[in-house]
Amino acid sequence: MSIILSAVLTLLALATVFGAILGFAAIKFKVEGNPIVDQIDSLLPQTQCGQCGHPGCHPYAEAIANGEAINKCPPGGEATIQALADLLDVEPIPLDAEHGEEKGKQVAVIREDECIGCTKCIQACPVDAILGAAKQMHTVIAEECTGCDLCVEPCPVDCIDMIPVPQTIRSWSWNSPTAQPHMANQIIATDRAPGVTAQ
Amino acid sequence: MRQVWDFHGGIHPKENKTQSSQSAIAPAGIPPQLVLPLQQHIGQPAEPIVQVGDRVLKGQMIAEAHGPVSVAIHAPSSGVVSAMEIRPVPHPSGMSDQCIIIDTDGKDEWCELSPCEDYAALTPNEILTRIRQSGIAGMGGAGFPTEIKLHPPRHDKVNTLILNGAECEPYITADDRLMRERAEEIVLGLEIMAYILRPGECVIGIEDNKPEAIAALREAAKETQIEIVVIPTKYPSGGEKQLIKILTGKEVPNGHIPADIGVMCQNVATAAAVYRAIRYGEPLISRVTTLTGDCIAQKGNQQVLIGTPIEWLLEQNGYLAQKGSRLVMGGPMMGFTLDAINVPVVKTTNCLLAASYKELPPPQPAQACIRCGMCSEVCPAELLPQQLYWFSRGQEFEKAEHHNLFDCIECGACSYVCPSSIPLVQYYRYAKGEIRQIQADQEKSNQARERFEFRQERIEREKEEKEAKRKARAEAAAKAQAAKKEAAANKAPEPVASNDKAAAIQAALQRTEAKKQAKEAPQKATGDTQAVTLESLQKKLISAEDKYSKMQAAWQDAQVNNPERAEKLASAVTSSKDNVEKIKQQITELGGDNTAAVPAGPSIEELKSNLEKATGKLQLMLDTLEDAKQNHPDRVEKLERAVEKNRTRVSLAEAALRDADNPQKQTESTESEG
Repeated sequence: MSIILSAVLTLLALATVFGAILGFAAIKFKVEGNPIVDQIDSLLPQTQCGQCGHPGCHPYAEAIANGEAINKCPPGGEATIQALADLLDVEPIPLDAEHGEEKGKQVAVIREDECIGCTKCIQACPVDAILGAAKQMHTVIAEECTGCDLCVEPCPVDCIDMIPVPQTIRSWSWNSPTAQPHMANQIIATDRAPGVTAQ
Repeated sequence: MRQVWDFHGGIHPKENKTQSSQSAIAPAGIPPQLVLPLQQHIGQPAEPIVQVGDRVLKGQMIAEAHGPVSVAIHAPSSGVVSAMEIRPVPHPSGMSDQCIIIDTDGKDEWCELSPCEDYAALTPNEILTRIRQSGIAGMGGAGFPTEIKLHPPRHDKVNTLILNGAECEPYITADDRLMRERAEEIVLGLEIMAYILRPGECVIGIEDNKPEAIAALREAAKETQIEIVVIPTKYPSGGEKQLIKILTGKEVPNGHIPADIGVMCQNVATAAAVYRAIRYGEPLISRVTTLTGDCIAQKGNQQVLIGTPIEWLLEQNGYLAQKGSRLVMGGPMMGFTLDAINVPVVKTTNCLLAASYKELPPPQPAQACIRCGMCSEVCPAELLPQQLYWFSRGQEFEKAEHHNLFDCIECGACSYVCPSSIPLVQYYRYAKGEIRQIQADQEKSNQARERFEFRQERIEREKEEKEAKRKARAEAAAKAQAAKKEAAANKAPEPVASNDKAAAIQAALQRTEAKKQAKEAPQKATGDTQAVTLESLQKKLISAEDKYSKMQAAWQDAQVNNPERAEKLASAVTSSKDNVEKIKQQITELGGDNTAAVPAGPSIEELKSNLEKATGKLQLMLDTLEDAKQNHPDRVEKLERAVEKNRTRVSLAEAALRDADNPQKQTESTESEG
């Protein structure tokens, strides 16, 4: 009898102690927010363009975490869909054409002599990449521009162009040998293109 | 004798050095035009400091170092700056970049230089500044600014300073010839570097396939503590990390630079350039370049001015274009094919290889990987080239990174031995480029997220501030309203509500009506009731008078504060006045009868209180009059009339009291008499 009692008491004591530890840990190490949302958010391109139908990348990340389709991000394109599919362990699906098509990287450029200084584009820019003041010419900080397109529509004089980011000698990098069949034939690392002859 | 270590892997390709190493370094001459790219080094491009049309002298700075990692550019010969424009530059992309173009005048006129006989008279920092000003960037091939590299590491001391004279790549003999002919300059340059860094030891590493260079350096370094170490010929022993391993046995950890393990490695040509820059003040305006390959008639090494168009240089030396397979800048293993020959020689151009089809035949088509593992056997960085190939090909960049892709030095040994002719290094370069791109994108997207979140926060904050401001304003307005009301209430408690007043006026009208009836009533009333009527009439008179004065006060107030109401009140006041007059008349009418009929009349007490009231009112009125005289001259006249009336009332009341008093006394006296 006393053995049973002592066993019950021991188990009870253990349960109490572990319960207390777990309860403490639940409060002490509480994770704020949904970590999966942050993970998804870090894969999205952060253009904040709203083409997915959400007011920014983070809200879309939340929507994805709640089961929305992963193919609504045209700026991220197939690469983002693939990354999201890997993260969420779902099948990658083709980009939803309804939300736009994948374009190359773009940057907004204001034709400055046509700008009337209305500040509408400044209010539209989600990342504060447009500089200017009322009745003063505005200009885009190209470094900060995400190419989201949101400033084009509000411009009353249509003086904003979206131009593809040009490749410069400093942004250039090697192409995949498989992408260029003639390069797949070259043994030595040095060789990029077939020979060049003078004249 | 120093112990020489070995590094993993490596290959022994055909050397092909004798074609160019037999003749002494010859000057290449002055081309009619020099093209100087603003970026010939790693880091930021230099900033031009000349204008188009300026005449420049040999050695004059034409572009200054811009930013921390940058070097200056100098005019290699005298002439006129004819343009600053985009020109094709030697780059694997075959793209163009900003260049300064100088049309030479052939005079080769030096600008004034500041030589220094004894470098020990300068501080290390002064020497570093001179190196930066002289535009020296690593001449082994990478072009890292020498001044930055020579800065002593902050935490560690440099124990071993190594000069790299290995020159392991086939065909190239520029360093070989330089060591043979200018060994003293190299040794003195090394001494200058040692003066800055104060290392424990100085070592020059040379491959054993250059006996003449070894002999020349040994001769030059005889009196010094510099150690000349001969290492076995193996490609790529000239790789920085490989040479460090060979000479010290230490390995540079992943993600670190040699300075982290107390070692620094410089090229021999860089040492010679440092010497010339300090001793003679000569900036880096020319370099030794190997011209080799079967398509060049006169092979050999030449002292070429930086900016010399390669086309011109090749023509000077008999370029056999029709035989050519490829024109490679650098060696056959690590150099790159030039798309066009209208690009200039730059600071890192150690070799121009104009190879024939026989020398560099078109490679075999790539076949499937047979997993032979030869690539990993020869990899000097001890990587797994096969794995890296699969990951790069399958775009699994993260896995490639985990397999230390960035430790790959792109030496090409794996491609060289691959039996399936797979262009492995191309894949690694592609993967590296993609990973860098992804990292740059990630950084940019993080920045965009930060900016976006900051903007959201700012908008939220602005909204809250606006709301708070609005609330504060509303509160202030409400307070002001309340204060105004309170002030108004204090000033005139009467017009608290005009409704009350209207009701009061209504009530007054009704009462007047009632009084009219009451006035008719006493005429019919019998003598008994007459006394009662008189009494009630007097009461009425008092209340009517009271009301009248109140109304008058209200009216006066309204005149000041509310002109609209004042008009209405004015009529009410007049009617009230009439009322008072009427009651007075009645009293006087009745009074006569009353005194006759009822000699006792109203009691003395009542009369007294009447008198008191009347005098009080008079006093009040006088005060108001005084006040009005000062503040409201328009009101004075009316008030004076009112005061007059009150006076008569007071005198009336006094008279009444006297009258009432006297008969009583009379009766008392008669009674006492009686």
